[in-house]
Amino acid sequence: MSILIDRSKRVLVQGITGREGQARTQLMTRYGTQVVAGVTPGKGGVEVDGIPVYDTVEEAWEIHGEIDISVLFIPAPFVRDAALEAVAAGIKLLVIIPDRVPIYDVLAIAQAAKDRGAHFVGPNTLGVLSPGKAVVGMIGGRAESAQTWFKQGPVGICSRSGGMTSSMAYYLAEEGIGATTLVHVGGDIVVGLPHPDVIQLFEGDPETKAIVMFGEIGGTQEERVADLVERGLVTKPIVAFIGGKGAKSGTRFSHAGAIVEGDRGTHEGKVRRLREAGVTVVEAFGELPGKTREVLQSHGIRTA
Amino acid sequence: MAKLHEAQGKTLLREHGIRTPEGALASTPEEARQVAQELSRPVVVKGQAWVTGRADRDLIRFAADPENAQMAASEILGRLVAGQPVEQVLVEEQVDCEREFYAGVIIDDQAQSPLLIFSSMGGTGIETIARSHPERIVRQHINVKDGLPGYEARNLVRSLDIHGKLLVGLGNLLASLYESASAYDARSAEINPIALTRDGKLLALDCRMTIDDNAAYRHPDLGIEVAREYDRPPTRLERIAWQVEAGDYRGTFYFIQMEYDYAHGDGVIGFHGAGGGGSMMSMDAVINRGYKLANFVDTSGNPPASKVYRAARIILNQGPIDGYFASGSGVASQEQFHSARGLVKAFMEEPLTVPAVLRLGGNAEQRAIAIIERAQAEIPAPVEAYGKDDSPEKCAERLDFLISSYSPPAERPTGRFPPDAAEPYQFSTITGGTVTLDHAACRRCDSKICLDTCIPQILSLEENVPVLNISREQAHKGGCIECLACQVECYFEGNRGGSVLLPIEGL
Ligand code: SF4
Ligand code: SF4
Repeated sequence: MSILIDRSKRVLVQGITGREGQARTQLMTRYGTQVVAGVTPGKGGVEVDGIPVYDTVEEAWEIHGEIDISVLFIPAPFVRDAALEAVAAGIKLLVIIPDRVPIYDVLAIAQAAKDRGAHFVGPNTLGVLSPGKAVVGMIGGRAESAQTWFKQGPVGICSRSGGMTSSMAYYLAEEGIGATTLVHVGGDIVVGLPHPDVIQLFEGDPETKAIVMFGEIGGTQEERVADLVERGLVTKPIVAFIGGKGAKSGTRFSHAGAIVEGDRGTHEGKVRRLREAGVTVVEAFGELPGKTREVLQSHGIRTA
Repeated sequence: MAKLHEAQGKTLLREHGIRTPEGALASTPEEARQVAQELSRPVVVKGQAWVTGRADRDLIRFAADPENAQMAASEILGRLVAGQPVEQVLVEEQVDCEREFYAGVIIDDQAQSPLLIFSSMGGTGIETIARSHPERIVRQHINVKDGLPGYEARNLVRSLDIHGKLLVGLGNLLASLYESASAYDARSAEINPIALTRDGKLLALDCRMTIDDNAAYRHPDLGIEVAREYDRPPTRLERIAWQVEAGDYRGTFYFIQMEYDYAHGDGVIGFHGAGGGGSMMSMDAVINRGYKLANFVDTSGNPPASKVYRAARIILNQGPIDGYFASGSGVASQEQFHSARGLVKAFMEEPLTVPAVLRLGGNAEQRAIAIIERAQAEIPAPVEAYGKDDSPEKCAERLDFLISSYSPPAERPTGRFPPDAAEPYQFSTITGGTVTLDHAACRRCDSKICLDTCIPQILSLEENVPVLNISREQAHKGGCIECLACQVECYFEGNRGGSVLLPIEGL
């Protein structure tokens, strides 16, 4: 198994006629994703790569039946409207690729999703890929690359950096370690499915035996992962790297952030919390593949 | 996050019905005096700077009369705070304050909603108060669909044992604070302190607001020049870089200067990252070798070659850097030859006179590396390119080696450009660039390499010369994606008839 995306999921592409939409639809279909339809308001009736395009999500749903996932390749100022449209039409998982989406728009999407029992990955994400099965978004860029770079195996991969999502999967594969699913949770401070949520999904996935996480300074995602482990809600071994050690910490302008976050958000704080909870944290990114192999072996987990 | 000065924040609060002390901004001591004169009562003179603890830094002075206000202003104005001169003071009436409160709205990433924080104690040291008197602070998440209804605000105030008229006043103020925060897309908005005056008025004595960079475009009225999280006003190059970013929605270009005063031999490197995580690791790799970064640049999210070109030109215009280091995640989803062409064009034209190491791992990396290596003869300084199986550490080591064994040319070499066109065929591009195909050269060109390599395939042969197969209008609207093949490929494989002029405003 895998999480979030596999061959059985029926996918809609919003913004399918744009530069990115077209290129990534090719990646998705060639990698094995079931892309059933596309939407670009005003362009209904055309086809992209053999996939029918509609003016509205509702229309696509009426004609093609239930849609599991919508992936958005839409300029940031229009994301809010497109995402609300998808949620209103009944789609339960959105993958919001663009960056620079205004934060209050993300909050509005989050509220609507909550109200309708939907979820979203991103914004500012490369998407989700389950090796050998399917991809939503743009991980790998081209199907041939995605096929050669990523291998199937027992590790769930999640990252706050898009490039590092691919890098981790690639370097792990070089080490002979395959993955169930790669999730780029998104680079923004508010994301729909942050590390703790994704890791709980991995916990529930029988084929995922261990988790590799690329964390970053800022926010509280990594600390919340430590909380989950401490509370026994995540039992699978986790290997983590936290980026941003060398980054100059900016002088804080607002007190409110300090009141709420306290000393959470810093590199030391995150590493300390994770280690306290029993998570393996490597100091250098280059150690990640080797350390993951060790952890898998000590748990008697086969690597591929 | 774009920070607003106190005075600007207060203007937004007043728009939403929150009262502030009477006063006005002044840019000269004389103006400060005039404001004090008009107020004709004791004033406080407050330097407008993006720092906390302004009182301790002597940026806030009390003045009993206009003369003293003028004197205070002359002492504050022009003072360097975090490297930047204070340009304005806010001159306000002094307030007879009976009690202080604190209120703030921030975005709670965990709850994915705005969070209102209210404290019945305010003033300096609110963070300490939060720790020592947690019972004096209350929080309330806000549903963005409904906003903050007055009754919720009043209930919140009541939970801190405040009653009667004061409860109503504070409730209204909290609701207004949330309204102004959401109306202006504030990442955070705080009033510290809120003063209750002896005559029963509630006034915002200070205000700190940061606007979401991603939403700055919605608020042209705020005059945010560069929507970036700087602790100081932007530098000249940062302004130029921001114009590049604002003028091109494709991909992201982030630029921040980190060193200003340095000479050749100081070990300061021009840094060009791609993608946040990979950039951070790559920075660490050069810093660990004892280098400093002149700047941090991130071009990511599949930017066109033209954006990478402009980024590289801006990096090279900073000052006497000793080397150029470009490195991303190593396994990029984007086609890396776009970046390679952008870099080659910049390195040839500027030209590059310090060693460069480029880590271009990702899609089509072999082609990208070949594009760089092919250009070496036309670039004065050594350039090496690597792929995904080469670590940032290894690339940093190569850069270190190249720098230590390189001596820059005594005289600055001139840039390499395609020759002037004898028979120009031109069209404009989406970012104000111009593509020129010299049909005189094209006629004598055997390879016609531009036809095959133009990524969107918008060039066709007509009477033995390349012309657009879409309208000029379509090309201008983005049909020409500025992939730079018709310059870079043509320069090396064709007859040097193609060129793309990409102006960078202000450079
Ligand atoms: S490759 Fe250059 S010279 Fe040759 S036809 Fe194209 S633009 Fe003209
Ligand atoms: S005309 Fe074609 S080759 Fe030249 S820059 Fe535009 S898209 Fe690229």
